[in-house]
Amino acid sequence: MTGRVIRPYGDTTGDGQVQLSFTLPVPFGTADERARAEGAALQLAGKMGLDPAMVVHAKGIGPDFTFCIVYGRVHHLVDLSQVTVARREFDELSPAEVNLRIRAALGRKLVVVGATIGTDAHTVGIDAILNVKGHAGEKGLEYYREIKVVNLGSQVEIPRLVATARAEGADAVLVSQVVTQKDAHIKNTSELAAAFGPPGPGRPVLIVGGPRFDPTMAAELGVDKIFGKGTTPRDVASYLVHALASAEEHRER
Amino acid sequence: MTQPQAAEAGGKLTIDPAVVAQARLLASQAGQPIVEMARSHTTVSVERAVLRLAGLSGSDGDGMPLVNHLVDAVRAQVGLEHGVALPAFDAIAAGRHADLAALAAAAAAGQAAFRLPSGADADAARAAASQALAAGFARIDANRLVRQEMIARTSEPRKPWMYLIVATGDIYEDIPQAQAAAREGADVVAVIRSTGQSLLDYVPEGATREGFAGTYATQENFRLMRAALDDVSRELGRYVRLTNYASGLCMPEIASLAGLERLDMMLNDSMYGIIFRDINPRRTLIDQRFSRQVHARAGIIINTGEDNYLTTADPVDAAHTVIVSQLLNEFFGKEAGLADEQLGLGHAFEIGPEVPDQFLLELAHAQLVRELFPRAPLKYMPPTKHMTGNIFGGYLLDAFFNLAAVMTGQEILLIGMMTEGIHTPFLSDRDLALENAHYVRSAAGRLAESFRPEPGGFIDRRAGQVLAESVDLLRRIAGDGLLNAIADGTFGITRRPADGGRGLDGVIVKADGYFNPAGDILDGGAR
Repeated sequence: MTGRVIRPYGDTTGDGQVQLSFTLPVPFGTADERARAEGAALQLAGKMGLDPAMVVHAKGIGPDFTFCIVYGRVHHLVDLSQVTVARREFDELSPAEVNLRIRAALGRKLVVVGATIGTDAHTVGIDAILNVKGHAGEKGLEYYREIKVVNLGSQVEIPRLVATARAEGADAVLVSQVVTQKDAHIKNTSELAAAFGPPGPGRPVLIVGGPRFDPTMAAELGVDKIFGKGTTPRDVASYLVHALASAEEHRER
Repeated sequence: MTQPQAAEAGGKLTIDPAVVAQARLLASQAGQPIVEMARSHTTVSVERAVLRLAGLSGSDGDGMPLVNHLVDAVRAQVGLEHGVALPAFDAIAAGRHADLAALAAAAAAGQAAFRLPSGADADAARAAASQALAAGFARIDANRLVRQEMIARTSEPRKPWMYLIVATGDIYEDIPQAQAAAREGADVVAVIRSTGQSLLDYVPEGATREGFAGTYATQENFRLMRAALDDVSRELGRYVRLTNYASGLCMPEIASLAGLERLDMMLNDSMYGIIFRDINPRRTLIDQRFSRQVHARAGIIINTGEDNYLTTADPVDAAHTVIVSQLLNEFFGKEAGLADEQLGLGHAFEIGPEVPDQFLLELAHAQLVRELFPRAPLKYMPPTKHMTGNIFGGYLLDAFFNLAAVMTGQEILLIGMMTEGIHTPFLSDRDLALENAHYVRSAAGRLAESFRPEPGGFIDRRAGQVLAESVDLLRRIAGDGLLNAIADGTFGITRRPADGGRGLDGVIVKADGYFNPAGDILDGGAR
């Protein structure tokens, strides 16, 4: 069987060709400086395992920096049997199926409260998932007949989010975090989880999303689900149905 | 101010001047009730701006500005219906406090008593206040002259101006980054604010080194950055402009600080804070009138935020909401005294690359804006929604954005980053982005003079369609009222009721005898 062990592909199987670019804090002015900058780039590439490596482009950025583009060959092997993937634990459903399953399971609309918390003013993420307009050609959750969406917008304080979730009888709380400076997204998510308390009857399903999240960290941060970059409204709707169904099962037992 | 493109850009589309006149009339009908509201109300931030223009700065040990203490104390004792200046300067005239700073410190300690003076006492307080404000405006006027002298001694950059953002959170990191950006070709440097600042009901003090996704706008940060850009302007022989954000709950104060510290451009949209920050609509619209009057006086170019609508709504379906908002921003701006050359009306290149004829649609929108506002230094924003992480594809999309900009004579070009949405730009990202823009400006900078969309062709028809949709929407807004239109989700598909959002408690109805010496100077327009 081919392909259990692989290398990057340039134009020939197994050639191991990769490209990378980076900036070094060295000048690129005189001939000596240029030679030294390129030498420094090659040394770095070598230590990263590129052999042979070639600096195909180098350019001074201001008086103190050099930008480099490097191509080279890696000898590392990727063992596909050792690749770990976060498996999707739920099926992708169409909007019609989502509506049907909510109706069957709840007999009422599923309530989602969404917000951006902390100082994060970016509403792009939450709007892409919630607004009718949606994202990537898929309509947002507002479009789903059996989902009631309460979008609180940006910079919502956590106590207000908790109060609104309670007042609306939220089945799920959806929080988007774009700003990641000083790990603000991690801190805010932990605070969110603490404010809602441990999973149990009456606590809504907690979902966070944002481009820089690691989806495997949900348990560590105390939330039920983390969505990363490229998530579509349909992913979220499908997950909601899945989470809801599991919750119902638990209750029956 | 020069606008070479403006003169060349007119009259390429077959748009009916009567329709354009109709659109402007409707915009003024929609806007006039808002102006009446702004004239008959004040806000806590307008009153704090008066104190800042009168020279009051500084904060208490906890960082709360003295202007907040003084305004809060006056409000608690005698209300703000007559403005802060009358009771404040009366308290100083009574001899119990040496000056505004001493009075504010006493107010912070709960040791200042205020009254509403009448007769000769009121006359004396008004005279003292007007004198203090005259000094503030003298500084703003002097700064305007310094800017002109700096441009004369260095040079005015070629259009379109290359606009770059720095945002480290630390002003002392921002400074070398801004200078590096200028050396790489940036004509305008924007120091993006810490993301929470728009919702603070006070302006932080001093040089700041901690911020989230941006650096706090403070008077000292403004001063430090302008001085650093003056140094690099002299070094490069090219005047590098500084931009910040007069938005959020402290819009009037930040506008005043910008004038006092010679900032050159300010983001200052009439509706942005309402739609995207959930700030109360009344508060925002009252604050923006005063802030625009200050910008007008200071020779500051405002940048409006219509690009944001296209990141929320569909950029094809909602193209006309951009035009409608621009016409409203133009009306409010001119009413507040801004010249056409100070109206950096915003729009954006946000149509998805998968949409057929995407580039033609973008050209139609950009050319329409160019022709509707021939003298305005238009601010054109790069693609953000469709920067997917494919940096190579993103670089190509940015090149098309740059090409649309030069073909349609845009004047302020926010430089698109191929790593948009991945991380705050690396040094190399900025350098590559500028290389892209410089290449297009050099290779195709004069393409505008040869770009003639065929009358009745796709671009021409699309522009006409967007204009017609704009007139329809303006008619509805003029009929329903702007506040109702905002409440109905007309802009950025976000509903904002007139009494919702933050900051409504800071809005005060003016009483008879309301006194605002800054407002009097600004309304008089005297220079």
